[in-house]
Amino acid sequence: MKPAPFAYAKARSLDHAIELMAKDAEGRILAGGQSLIATLNMRLSAPTLLVDINGLSELKGIRRKDGYLEIGALTRQREAERSSDVARCAPLVAKALPHIAHPAIRNRGTIGGSIAFADPAAELPACLLALGGEVDVAGPAGMRTIKADDFFKGLFETALGPSDVLITIRLPAATAASRAGFAELARRHGDYALVGLAASARKDGYVMRDVRLAFFGVGATPLRARKAEAELEGRALDEHRVEAAALALALDLDPAPDVLASSAAKRHLAAVLLKRVARQIDEPLL
Amino acid sequence: MSERFHSITVTVNGEQVRERVDARKTLVDFLREDLSLTGSHVGCEHGVCGACTVRVDDEIVRGCLMLAVQCDGARVDTIEGVSDRGEITDLQQAFAERNALQCGFCTPGMLLTAQELLATGGSPGRAQIREHLSGNYCRCTGYHAIVDAVEEVAKRRAGGSK
Repeated sequence: MKPAPFAYAKARSLDHAIELMAKDAEGRILAGGQSLIATLNMRLSAPTLLVDINGLSELKGIRRKDGYLEIGALTRQREAERSSDVARCAPLVAKALPHIAHPAIRNRGTIGGSIAFADPAAELPACLLALGGEVDVAGPAGMRTIKADDFFKGLFETALGPSDVLITIRLPAATAASRAGFAELARRHGDYALVGLAASARKDGYVMRDVRLAFFGVGATPLRARKAEAELEGRALDEHRVEAAALALALDLDPAPDVLASSAAKRHLAAVLLKRVARQIDEPLL
Repeated sequence: MSERFHSITVTVNGEQVRERVDARKTLVDFLREDLSLTGSHVGCEHGVCGACTVRVDDEIVRGCLMLAVQCDGARVDTIEGVSDRGEITDLQQAFAERNALQCGFCTPGMLLTAQELLATGGSPGRAQIREHLSGNYCRCTGYHAIVDAVEEVAKRRAGGSK
């Protein structure tokens, strides 16, 4: 199918983008467009205006700053995949990126676009949540910072207001003690996940600290499995511990069935992934 | 300006073209309908099948997931241009010799996607080739012959005999 008609404007600056968005209640930001244009083609959405931010070079780029990795929202997924800074400072993101669609899509798709779109089965929102990162947002009232735990509100719904632009993703840079694990199950490589898990932790001697388990594909938003996290927190990851955490998932997750899997199947798969990821986070990153 | 119609200047296969386009027109429809470059195919129209693969500023993209209006000032290369300048002659020959195409609908996208992988150099293994081509659907060949052809060209190019 073809998109319904809409107007198009190329933003000349961040302020210009916000101004354009404020003028049109049915406007949408066009970043990489790899989800948005597909929904337009299928007429699942019909905005009256697209505000193209692709020319805003200030939203691109990856930098290390004060113990954090900052990724400009408009940075292409492919660029992040090739970045040595991402590999070193955000190994969880580096593990997740190859699972996103296919190279031709990652050439266009952006880091910020994936987070702002907030598909419940997408990889990057879960990574942001697992790492306890935050995002900078610019809007009509100025700039603000939103923590990952407060960002994802509902199905395709975030803390972004109608005229807000996501500008930076900030992740705590990995240290020698950091651990990251990522696994997902999809019918074919590059598909959205049936169930996925992004995890981060810090190894302190033999035990794990600051365990964060962010599941995706099991609810309206990426979800932290807090009961399972508690089972692993401050403990060594032996078989019994991991089994206890997997059992705790029954309290954390209540996945709705979808066309691909029943609720019971998703629960089962979530436990399988937890065991795989537990092995990953027990090992040093490098 | 927030308008529906825009004038764009695009360098397509080395030639500059200036056209007026509706904002909602996708890049692949622009190439096919306005410029009669019908080598890029329209399959699923939502980014899944890869038949519309073209290059924009030297990177492969989905022609159905980019708007023509976004290509103002960009360089676009299609299978016609890449083929005419001989960049993938060896790959095209290998596809023909190995029966890596039957109906041919996916072939332009397959070739451009394979070429992107091959252009990075080295000698990718079969798993890597499959992974790189995973976003391009072929409903005829079962992929085996396509992977054979790409692997053969990778080896030949790495061997220095072009």
